[in-house]
Amino acid sequence: MSLLDMAIQAGIWALEILAITIPVALSVAYITYLERRVIGWMQIRKGCNRVGWAGLLQPIADGLKLFLKESIIPTHANKALFVAAPVLALLPALVAFAVIPFGETDLFGIWKSPHLMAIANLNIGILYVMAVGSLAIYGILLAGWASNSKYALIGAVRSTCQMVSYEVSMGFAIVCVLMLAGSMNLGDIVNAQAGGFWHWYIIPLFPMFLVYFISGCAETNRSPFDLPEGESEIVAGFFVEYSGMWFATFSLAEYAAMILISLMTSIMFMGGWHAPIPALDFIPGTLWLLGKTLFFIFLFIWFRATFPRYRYDQLMRLGWKVFLPCTLVWIAVLGIATYTPGLSTIIGFWQPWR
Amino acid sequence: MSLVQRGIKTWLLTELLRGLMLTGKYMFKKKITVEYPEERTPLSPRFRGLHALRRYDDGEERCIACKLCEVVCPALAILIESEERDDGSRRTTRYDIDLTKCIFCGFCQEACPVDAIVETQEFEYATENRANLYYTKEMLLEVGERYKSQISANIAADAKYR
Repeated sequence: MSLLDMAIQAGIWALEILAITIPVALSVAYITYLERRVIGWMQIRKGCNRVGWAGLLQPIADGLKLFLKESIIPTHANKALFVAAPVLALLPALVAFAVIPFGETDLFGIWKSPHLMAIANLNIGILYVMAVGSLAIYGILLAGWASNSKYALIGAVRSTCQMVSYEVSMGFAIVCVLMLAGSMNLGDIVNAQAGGFWHWYIIPLFPMFLVYFISGCAETNRSPFDLPEGESEIVAGFFVEYSGMWFATFSLAEYAAMILISLMTSIMFMGGWHAPIPALDFIPGTLWLLGKTLFFIFLFIWFRATFPRYRYDQLMRLGWKVFLPCTLVWIAVLGIATYTPGLSTIIGFWQPWR
Repeated sequence: MSLVQRGIKTWLLTELLRGLMLTGKYMFKKKITVEYPEERTPLSPRFRGLHALRRYDDGEERCIACKLCEVVCPALAILIESEERDDGSRRTTRYDIDLTKCIFCGFCQEACPVDAIVETQEFEYATENRANLYYTKEMLLEVGERYKSQISANIAADAKYR
């Protein structure tokens, strides 16, 4: 491979990465807008409607403001880690997007077979998302540790504990998906759900869908599981000492993680880019996927507007004593059903590998 | 509630769904936001805002420098100096209200025997420095001139309850 080929390849990768990160950053900005509007509406307010038409320039104004703010490093903070932590929190959330397939395309008939629209068509995609998603803890833990503040530390410890606990049940919920799809490739998982909503995994795996999505709320530290932030008790939790752009990086990470969980939920349980009825296939698959994702993001916001925050012991009880046994039982039920004559024909409907 | 009922309630997440339904319903309700600079809430005639000194219709100042307001003021925000005028009547030479001290209790208005000092419905007198919040006699008389009709309308509206 000549140097030129390598340069071209690197350029293509850079373009692919930009084609994902820029829309993600933009949608993060507009999810904050959506969140403020929707929560406003649910509290019978109008929400932000001043900057630009219907307030649509508000996120840009917010971003500008944060850029211009002074970034303060506390005197007793560990400076290197303090600066590294926001980046460490944001990176895993963005890196995980590398394997997310946004649809299938044959590039208007140029390619003979449809290709997956993902940066990396990894055959262990789900494992990759799980692994990279767990790394986000480091950013939060280091932020709390490096700030040298008790509130930040409490927030970081809570967050770590919470993310570790809920990752377990999330992982088992994913195992259920794997047992049906028979593949760890996200593209294969979506294609296993092709052909109408009755093929979607939300039907045989409805409890697992709930477990996954609620655990996702806990993973991203969203309300009602936003104890790491807990503004009424520990001010802002792990990022209490952050200001300006570093603070914005943390919210960028939180919202990027929110998008990721929503995308993963749509891909694993809601048939990804497949239309609910085959007759609706004329709408591009990517739109279906993004629409489903938007719905889950709306759910996140809806939850935030509705539910009060959990107490910490309730949170731990829910994670370890409810979700974990639930997922384990469901795995066993699925496994037994798969190999029981009679039942296997029913469950086999969703198992294209058999 | 029987154990079965409770189990169904817990495991079907009915309470959570009811909560979500409620907030979902409120999302489409008529919004109660008052968009302030364009829309305003109604003010009571008794609203206690910026102070004003009034004049009689012939242009004579009402204030007779009895200093009741200065005495009653709990925040010591009023400062009055008086002198005998050429025609023999007692008038103020100085009537200052420090609005940074004032707590807008309305006692000065209540104490005044001639309805000279009143509080208007004006509340948008924010300035960029504290010195501008020190209202002198001339400024207060000017305020009284500016809101003359509003002040007399409010006093008329409130008169039957006094």
